[in-house]
Parts: sequence; structure tokens; C-alpha cells
Amino acid sequence: MADGRFFGDGLTYLDPSDLKGKLIAIEGTDGVGRSTHIEMLQEWLEVQGYGVITTGWTRSNLMSKTIEAAKAGNILDHWSLSLLYATDFADRLEHQIIPALRSGFIVLADRYIYTAFARDFVRSGNRAWIRDVFGFALIPDLVCYLRIDVDTLALRVIETTGMNYWESGMDLRLGADLYESFKKYQSLLIEEFDKMAEEFRFNVVDARKSPEDIQEELRAHIMPVLPGHKRMVDLERVSG
Amino acid sequence: MTEPHGVKDAAHPYPGKLIIVEGIDGSGKSTQLLLLHKWLESKGYKVFFTEWNSSDLVKDTTKRGKKTKSLTPTTFSLLHATDFASRLYHQILPPLKAGMLVLADRYMYTAFARDVVRGVSREWVRKLYRFAIKPDMAFYYRVPIEVAISRLLRGTRGQFKYYEAGMDMNLSPDVTESFRLFQSQILAEYEKIVEEFGLLTMDATLDIETQQEQMRTLVEDALRGYKPKRGTYGRRTLFWRRFDVPRSE
Repeated sequence: MADGRFFGDGLTYLDPSDLKGKLIAIEGTDGVGRSTHIEMLQEWLEVQGYGVITTGWTRSNLMSKTIEAAKAGNILDHWSLSLLYATDFADRLEHQIIPALRSGFIVLADRYIYTAFARDFVRSGNRAWIRDVFGFALIPDLVCYLRIDVDTLALRVIETTGMNYWESGMDLRLGADLYESFKKYQSLLIEEFDKMAEEFRFNVVDARKSPEDIQEELRAHIMPVLPGHKRMVDLERVSG
Repeated sequence: MTEPHGVKDAAHPYPGKLIIVEGIDGSGKSTQLLLLHKWLESKGYKVFFTEWNSSDLVKDTTKRGKKTKSLTPTTFSLLHATDFASRLYHQILPPLKAGMLVLADRYMYTAFARDVVRGVSREWVRKLYRFAIKPDMAFYYRVPIEVAISRLLRGTRGQFKYYEAGMDMNLSPDVTESFRLFQSQILAEYEKIVEEFGLLTMDATLDIETQQEQMRTLVEDALRGYKPKRGTYGRRTLFWRRFDVPRSE
């Protein structure tokens, strides 16, 4: 990311121009298999000799417990919820992502600011504020969006983790029960993700395919972004 | 939920009144607000009070972040905004909608002054607080830095706190000197804010009683035509009941 840039009003006290690594974000709604694929990508990249760190939504040292407690108490208004996410993100950005990029690591982000955009928009109906809040975020080198339809998603989530309060957007009181609410909430999120996919040029990957196919597509998108990519291709040609 | 109001322009649409005080540490603003509180209650008003960085939601996190000194200008700013959002939603808006009086010790202007001195973008922090409502009255207690320092050193606090003195900014290894440098920059920032947002500037070097008299006169004027509402006499009304939040640690 030689031309590292901030999304909006950036961190005035940090220069993003000397970031040697690459920032790759994997987006998608709950239950599309993001973390599984990120694990496989990390393995694949490390085998090739790239340094990799992964960073995940609400996993910062500063905020992870706070967010858990806040969600458990279901006392959240949409501003506080979004600001908690923003604080978590900022903590990871400054303590994790930027230092890693500076040292030349590939950073795989499990969810990025677009998750916050979608969740806030579904709750507020307004896009401007949340995008301003995340103005300090780095624009990723690549965003892959694991896209799924809501019917398949519902089946998948029931089969695996089950539906929970927040993934069903129960705070929004969209449906009569957990299932109805989950479907409505996730449809709204997917709709907003689809819009952003065009606006921000996400690489859309069909998450209904087999894990092998998905992984292959993800790798194909990531390959051109990797530092020294051309050299690798040449080597392959020589050896082939 | 309603859309963010423009913080500079539009007055809030609620029947209650929001009165806030601003100023650096040692300006005496909290004392003035306390005295105003007593006076309003003695006149039979139902008054709610809220102060900066006090919501259950993030207070512990801020404390922990300060303790481990891991806060950056941006996370510091965001945590305070989260605290503010939570208090706005749970403590400020309900009484305002019900037509009551709310007093706030520090408001978003504190963030505009402090966070900008810490290094976040002036535009960004203003956008961050776009969801806030404009107070009906905003007092700024202006005090020269030396007066604030001598008050704080004389007072019960004795020592300056790490972040209050801006020690995280490495301005000076000496706490008092760091406080002087940091708070002087904040004062300069406040001066711009006073103009930008039309805060009422009060002379915080005057006697406590004189300042309070001026404040009461201004508030009395502003409350002319306001019809106070209250549901009970003497007993505090619980307008919102908190769910139990499990302790995080």
C-alpha cells in the first residue's frame, strides 16, 4: 500500500504513505464462512512466504469485553453501538493493522468498515454520519465480498450456530419471532452490502459455491495484489 | 430513531430545556452548575444532571485504557463520544422529551477542544458529534491558566491526573508544566469554539456568588415562558430502568 490513503478525515498524526504491506478485507454477513476462508488464505499465503496477520471485528484488547457486556445487556442505541465498533476498529487499526502494514505484512481483515456501514444504515436510515465516523480508516487494497442469499443463509445458520439475538437484529423489532426477524434483518444487510459492492467495487464471490471453489476465487482475486506477484508468475513459468 | 440534528443551527424540538457548562479543569464550572441545580430545585423544578464520561457503558473501559496508557487520540475521542451517545439516549433525551430540565457538566465542546489538541482532525470530531442536540443554554467559564492551576493545587485534588495534565502528549516531564502547556492549548481552542457555536462566556475569576448571580439571571430569562413538568413531589422518578450488565472482568 505505497499509496495508503484514509477513507475520509484521516489520522492527522499518522502518515499512511510508508505502509509496505497489503490490507485485504473479507466482508459478508453473518455465517457466510468468512473465518474459515481467512484461515485457509493465511495458510496459503504463509506457505508462499508472506508474513500474515489476521484481525477480526470486535477483537481489540481495548473493546472486546466492553462490546460483549454491552450486547449482553441489550442497552444499546444505534449511536453507541456504532461508536463501540468504531473504537474497537480504531484500536486495532493503530495498534495492530498499521504497525503490521508498516513492517510489510499482509493483513487479512475479517470484516471491515463496510460491516459497520451496513449495520448502522439498517438502524438509522442514514449513510452520512457513520461514514464520517470511520473517516480515519485506511482504504483496503482489496475487498472480497462473500455474497449469499438470505434463504440459504438462514438454513446454514440454523444448521450450525443457530440464530442469536444480535444476528437477528432483535433490537430493531422487525419480525414476530427470531426466524422472521433474522430473515428481515439479514435481507436488509445483504441489500445494503450489494449497494456498497457497486459503490466501492468489491470483488463479489458467490458464497453458495463449494468451499474449494470459493477459496480458489478468493486466491485469484488476491494474487494480483501481492507484492512481488509478477516475479512469482515468472518463476512458475520457468519451472513449468 | 430520529436523524441527527445540525448541531450548530437547529434548536431541539423537545419541550424540556438543556443547560450545559464548559471550561477547563479548575474553572469552577462544576461548582456553578451545582449551585444552579440547588436553586432550580428550590424553585420547584425537576432537574436531571449528567456529567462527562460517566456512563456505565464505557466508564470502565476508559479507565482501563487510561491505566494501561494504550489510548490513542482517536480511541480516546471515540470512547468519549460513545459515552456521550449513551448518556444522550438514556439520560438526556427522555427528560427533555418529557419537558424537564437537564443540566450537563461538559458537553460535546469539551471533545472539540480537548481531542483536537490531542491531535484528531477538527472536522472529524465535529462530524462525530453530528447526532448531538444543541443545548438551550451553553455557558463557557473562561479562566486564565494560572488561576486554574493555583485553584487545583490549593484544592482537595492536590495532584494533577495523568491524562488531565496531557502527560500522554509528552509536552513536559513535569506534571504541572505539562498541565499548563496542555490546558493553555485547550483554552485557545475553546476561544474558537465560543465564537463558532455562540457559547455564553462567563468571567470565572469573579467571586463564586457573583458568578452564580449572573448565571441565575441569565437562566431565569431563558426559562421565561417555560412550563415545568413533574410527575412526583419529592421522590425521584425512574424514567428508564437499566438491564443488568454482566461485569466484564
